[in-house]
Amino acid sequence: MNGRSVTAVRSRSSMPAGMVWLGVAAMALLILPLVGLVLNTPWARVGELLGDPSVLAALRLSLLTSLSALALSTVLGVPLAWLLARHAFPGKALLRALCVLPMVLPPVVGGVALLLAFGRRGLIGEPLAQLTGITLPFSAAGVVLAETFVAMPFLIVTVEAGLRALDGRYEDVAATLGASRWLSFRRVTLPLLGPSLGAGMALCWARALGEFGATITFAGNLSGRTQTMPLAVYLQLERDVDAATLLSLILLAISVVVLVALRGRYLGSA
Amino acid sequence: MRARLAVVLAVVLAACGGAGRAVPQSPAASSGPGDGNPSGELTVFAAASLTDAFEAIGRRFEQDNPEVDVLFNFASSSTLATQIAEGAPADVFASADEKQMRVVEKAGLLASEPIVFAGNTLQIAVEPENPRGIEDLADLARPDITSVLAAEEVPAGRYAREALERQGVEVEPASLETDVRAVLSRVALGEADAGIVYASDVMTAGGDIDGVTIPPDRNVSASYPVALLTGASNAAAGRAFIDALLSDEGQRTLREDGFVAP
Repeated sequence: MNGRSVTAVRSRSSMPAGMVWLGVAAMALLILPLVGLVLNTPWARVGELLGDPSVLAALRLSLLTSLSALALSTVLGVPLAWLLARHAFPGKALLRALCVLPMVLPPVVGGVALLLAFGRRGLIGEPLAQLTGITLPFSAAGVVLAETFVAMPFLIVTVEAGLRALDGRYEDVAATLGASRWLSFRRVTLPLLGPSLGAGMALCWARALGEFGATITFAGNLSGRTQTMPLAVYLQLERDVDAATLLSLILLAISVVVLVALRGRYLGSA
Repeated sequence: MRARLAVVLAVVLAACGGAGRAVPQSPAASSGPGDGNPSGELTVFAAASLTDAFEAIGRRFEQDNPEVDVLFNFASSSTLATQIAEGAPADVFASADEKQMRVVEKAGLLASEPIVFAGNTLQIAVEPENPRGIEDLADLARPDITSVLAAEEVPAGRYAREALERQGVEVEPASLETDVRAVLSRVALGEADAGIVYASDVMTAGGDIDGVTIPPDRNVSASYPVALLTGASNAAAGRAFIDALLSDEGQRTLREDGFVAP
């Protein structure tokens, strides 16, 4: 009994000192920038800056576009996750890889790819402009498209994992009781999927809200129309460092809220 | 196809530079050991419009001074001035206007008197063959024209606003780009019909862009000052590079790329 607990203590404390210091260095690297941001917050100017029209416009546009991207990602991403989790079809592994590629793709490359597909001279963009007169670059819709492209894969992989872990017998029982597939999906699958769906949506929204590279490349930058908060942070840095810091702090606060909402998944138990 | 690919790459590079706010770190470079020949790494921060000309001048500079490695950081002059003021390690700063040079001067970071080494004028960048029939600045206000400008903070954006004011037109741009090269690629990719850029940008864009000249009474003359920075870790090479800019050969390269005499 005693012997065992002694070994446990020793094995824990026998971690090489170098590892401890490297771990501390990693912590400093991750935390110090945030401390810098918080310490430099211009508290005295918060009221004035929050009333600044370009700051307000960026806030409003970011909320509008990121929530639209979240809605679009949910409506399209959940069915795709379901297809990937429940159905076998040829080339599935490759298709799945391509669908989640934006998670690791540099966002600016995503922006260029979007231009070549949906731009005014793009594969789809050109006929779209000729037939309907609609062009996506330089519009809020273009921002939503860029954010969805980058953020939807986060929802897809989370929901797909949730669907795989789900006990299919509940759906079988619903079917034997006469529920249609759609009814069983709505009343049985979706509620069981709740936690994964919530986590996927939170991740997707946070990613959409923070989108920079694909947005500025595909949708451009114009206050009130395509200048979201991350773009405003970048551009304000040359005009008004205080405004940039405050916008950064708002984005940081939202990220903290998302992380707390996901605490079961990413924070672990202390 | 190849030209288009080059444009796409330029967009990627421009956006990467912008998004990351990356500043090349020059580890303490040493100047030559007393023999007068500069050596080590030379970090030059230069306005985006200087990209092609400086790359050519830099290559020749490296041939003439084999001991020196020239590193360039191209971005809008306002971005560069902010980076220098925040302590970015650079030896030489070449700005597209005197205003951004003064920003660095006021921060007390100039080690030499700024020298104007080149001038530039504005042109309207349009698609090859000018399919939308854009003839002057007033056309940029047409509702059927999608136009882009550089952001107000950027010298090219400030000059463009000056020119539009002289013309007496109000333009609603579709986007305000972070540097003049980004304006150029919007037009080259066909996303915008027109943008206001430097004459030198049109010259270096080759067949992807046509330029519409702006008459002298509406045009703006941009001047490009260069100076050595106090943070320079390689002042010898920095001075030699400024000399190379002012040399006949350097001036000829700038002329070939569409710049005018200071």
